[in-house]
Amino acid sequence: MRALTTFFDHYDYVVTIFLMMTGLYIVVARGNMVKKLVGLSIFQTSVYLLYIEPGKIIGGTAPIIDPAFTVYSNPLPHVLILTAIVVGVATLALGLAIVVRINEAYGTVEEDEILERDREA
Amino acid sequence: MNAVRPHFPALLVVLPLLGAVLAAFLRRGGPAFALALIVSWILPFVAGTLLWQVLATGPISYHLGGWEPPWGIEYRVDVLNGFVLVLVAAVGAVTMPVARRSIVLEIAEERLAWFYCMYLLCLAGLLGITVTGDAFNAFVFLEISSLASYVLIALGRDRRALVAAFQYLIMGTIGATFYVIGVGLLYLLTGSLNMVDIATRLGAAAPTQMPAIVAALGFITVGISLKLALFPLHAWLPNAYTYAPSWVTAFLSATATKVAIYLLIRYYFSVFGVTIDLPALPITEIIIALSVAAMFVASFIAVFETNLKRMLAFSSVAQIGYITLGIGLADQAGLTGGLVHIVNHALMKAALFLAVGAIFYRACPAQIKDLAGIGRKMPLTMAAFTIAGLGLVGTPGTSGFISKWYLALGALDKGWWVLVFLIVGSSLIALVYVGRVLEVAWLREPSAAIAHASDPPLSMLLPMMVLAAATIYFGIDTEWTAGVASTAAKALLEGLR
Repeated sequence: MRALTTFFDHYDYVVTIFLMMTGLYIVVARGNMVKKLVGLSIFQTSVYLLYIEPGKIIGGTAPIIDPAFTVYSNPLPHVLILTAIVVGVATLALGLAIVVRINEAYGTVEEDEILERDREA
Repeated sequence: MNAVRPHFPALLVVLPLLGAVLAAFLRRGGPAFALALIVSWILPFVAGTLLWQVLATGPISYHLGGWEPPWGIEYRVDVLNGFVLVLVAAVGAVTMPVARRSIVLEIAEERLAWFYCMYLLCLAGLLGITVTGDAFNAFVFLEISSLASYVLIALGRDRRALVAAFQYLIMGTIGATFYVIGVGLLYLLTGSLNMVDIATRLGAAAPTQMPAIVAALGFITVGISLKLALFPLHAWLPNAYTYAPSWVTAFLSATATKVAIYLLIRYYFSVFGVTIDLPALPITEIIIALSVAAMFVASFIAVFETNLKRMLAFSSVAQIGYITLGIGLADQAGLTGGLVHIVNHALMKAALFLAVGAIFYRACPAQIKDLAGIGRKMPLTMAAFTIAGLGLVGTPGTSGFISKWYLALGALDKGWWVLVFLIVGSSLIALVYVGRVLEVAWLREPSAAIAHASDPPLSMLLPMMVLAAATIYFGIDTEWTAGVASTAAKALLEGLR
């Protein structure tokens, strides 16, 4: 019973870690470069959740000092993750651009076929 | 001058960053090169002044935007990162003149300005990682330098450069994400992102939150190790170094992995080590085991490698093993050896890859067997190659010997005789792979393929001669390498619990 309450109390973290592992698995298991990038994106996105979840306290308000409120949510993780999102988008864009170039050079985006074509050449 | 002086730490990042934007606007290769050269030549003076000031008066703390740490971002320069800053800036300054002639062979005219833009961005990122005292800021700079280096690698002529860049992008992003997970855990534990502040607050969290701290340490170690190509995580490095344009390989091999190593040292000795008894965790043993594995496995692969650039790339993995060995030893002599090898290896590898670039510029062979007799055609280039190669082996009289001497002393202080033999043994393997190239280059008759080769123009020759001269000079006068490294190591070890 206790394990179950712990699980549901932290269900957001469970989701985060599930997404994290899903993303990492796709990166490792898939040979298609576009799918790899999708996996990488999911992996990075899960980290955004990891940062943002603890920033919110139920019942907490924006951190503006006021005698009426005593519980504040922390806005800093959101700001950090805004930066991380920019980095993630840039990485994805660059990755896709390289994949386009690879497709032009090899005529495929499958890793095993690329290796095969390099061996033939 | 006096008005700018207090802002030197920020200038290290701001100058190349502005330069990158300007280079993109210039659009043409010539002016962009001039700009990159000016920026690269100013930075060593900025970094050198900072190191000199730190050695004289102690650490400098610069508050970005005037916000006090731990709330604002702090740039913090102490002996350790002052040392690395000078190295990165100096490598940029020495290698930059080579770029103009070397790179036109490999990159189309209309893309040249973008190349210099990417180089300056990469430099800004690398200097940023080194100078910042903020954990998350370091992540942002890590990604700036990494994204720029993916592009630089993808610029290679061979289509395999694209695949190498893609692999590096995947591995590098996984590494950076692991790092940011680790930083996130530290932030949850301490509520702070300032490294000094995290270090003090971890102490309060340590008794109850040990598993979370160990998890953070693990994530950060794995993340940074991917970036620095610690042995089993080095898979991206050989292809990236082999297919990148030759100048890019020379620059990245001397700076990118070194800065990542600096970051790992910073976390071990200035963040985690301050409050946690690191030797109580198996982390030092793991690092030493992986370092020794790198020294042997990568050296063995280098011995059997037929492509010259790839051979040197595997040698880089092995040499990184020596540096991390110094981190694992974590005593005065061992850490000094690791730190001094950061500089010594950077200078040697830059010289070697520049020599390879020069050979490529004049003759174009990629396989070692095609190099037959090249020493007679390009004597000065191969002389630089030979000196730096002997430095890799650790021949007495070269800077490589100094690094290995300190590492061996560090192992002896701990009474680990076996490790001393392993250091000597792996150096002998290095002698085999370096000697193999030297034998082909000097002792064989020149082949028809390289009949018209000759030493490259002065702008390419001089930087590699300077680096080779430095390899010898720092093997004799060690005041500015081992001396400063020893001061840095002392400061780091005093900070440990």
